[in-house]
Amino acid sequence: MDLREKTVVAIGEREGVTGPSLKLLAESAGAKVVFSVTQCFV
Amino acid sequence: MTDPAILYTSYVLAHAPDFVRYGSKPTREIEADPSLLEQVAGSLRSWEDVLAYPPNQVFIGNLTPDDLAATERPWYEHLVADAKSEGPFGRIVTQAALYGLMKLSDDFDLLMISEALADQARTELTGFEHRRDRITGLPPEELQHFIDQHDGLELFHEGELVGFIRTVHDKDASLDAHVLFENLACKATAVLAASEVFKHSPIDPEDVDYIFNTGEEAVGDRYQRGAGSLSKAIGEVVGCLNATGSDIKAFCAAPVHALVTAAALVKAGLYKYVVVLGGGSQAKMGMKFRAHLRNGVPIMEDCLASMAFIVGPDNGDAMRVRLDLTGKHPIGAGSSAQAIYQALVVDPLERVGLQMTDVDRYAVEMHNPEITEPGDSGDVPRTNYRTLAAMAVLRGEIERDDMDEFVAKRGMPGFSPTQGHIPAGVPYLGHAHAAMRRGELKRVMILAKGSLFLGRMTQLVDGVSFVVEPSAELIE
Repeated sequence: MDLREKTVVAIGEREGVTGPSLKLLAESAGAKVVFSVTQCFV
Repeated sequence: MTDPAILYTSYVLAHAPDFVRYGSKPTREIEADPSLLEQVAGSLRSWEDVLAYPPNQVFIGNLTPDDLAATERPWYEHLVADAKSEGPFGRIVTQAALYGLMKLSDDFDLLMISEALADQARTELTGFEHRRDRITGLPPEELQHFIDQHDGLELFHEGELVGFIRTVHDKDASLDAHVLFENLACKATAVLAASEVFKHSPIDPEDVDYIFNTGEEAVGDRYQRGAGSLSKAIGEVVGCLNATGSDIKAFCAAPVHALVTAAALVKAGLYKYVVVLGGGSQAKMGMKFRAHLRNGVPIMEDCLASMAFIVGPDNGDAMRVRLDLTGKHPIGAGSSAQAIYQALVVDPLERVGLQMTDVDRYAVEMHNPEITEPGDSGDVPRTNYRTLAAMAVLRGEIERDDMDEFVAKRGMPGFSPTQGHIPAGVPYLGHAHAAMRRGELKRVMILAKGSLFLGRMTQLVDGVSFVVEPSAELIE
């Protein structure tokens, strides 16, 4: 998936991939992350 | 110097099906769609099914985690024959007994229950001797009068209106009936766990110097929401007359923070006996009820869980806390799973020249997968153990093909109710102690993670760990 110039909302999960990690990943692929958060579903 | 050790443990479950409707999630969802209440009521488990549920029997020590691993799933369909409400680590009590515990824990006449329920509570709350005279009820007309005269929350038992908890101040959200209900449920279940831990030990409550409460409730009023403490409130009920205390707040990681701190206080010689405890989380009841309804499985977040530990000088029959082997997740460590486990597991082990395979068993987040999987949250313990195994592969300690064996040998299935701070590593301490007494384990690591980001003050996660080993006398 080409994320360049895409706008991303990053919703991470504590027991999986966290919000800040998703943000870093998406930004490194050229996306603009407008919101990132980690949730805890347990 | 004194070697600090975890001397005694207790675990308690309180079956509370009529409390599920007042969990945070069900409250909001039922308010939006009142027809859900009937669906919830139709999907709750009976006392017999909760008692015989294999993970619950593991929680109080009548079965081991290895027994559970060998039990076919779904566990709610493979119930334990002749299940007991008492086990080597604690007990499971009925909802009526829970109402009795809440009544005797209520110092401000917040809670009123019916005469009939009070009678039932006294009958079913066996083996508990504190404040039994406070389990009193009102005749029906007086209870109705109390309800008519106050703002608050109607309370139910077997679907019938049997009680009421009043709002203390209509302009103070921190003293709203629902908040007080959560706080009182937490206090009452912690009281029972404390009572159980003393019942299983020769230590007198009056010998305790300090109490750490690690529950997740916010006690306080509008000027200091969450700044209050339950530690002394709990100790007061069970007779810890010489103790003071405070609450450690660290989301799910609080019990592990508290146990490390308690061990350090004992090691320093400041206090001899420190109790670490935590009551149940009413807000989390029924949190995943929608997923359970959708998948046609019982609503399994139907119990409040609590626990208590006595930390003191090593008595020769205990779990020594290796203070040189504690782990912490520093602010600058990063929040990926690998970064967290590097900080919590690898760094402390490397500090003393040990490898990951030198730990016989790891206790991670012990959430029961049967509760989390219907909501697509996966098998949390298994995910954590797979991450640990992967790190052992990366470090060259095991081969990639040995990952499953690492998970099976050094891990275990989740058996804890999803009650926030309760599942975070510490449910295994009772089993670890028993296995060390049997000479089966030499080193266990307890791990906990805390979701600091939930309060929207930081994106950080938290984590902390410690290692226990058997007393030298147990090894001999």
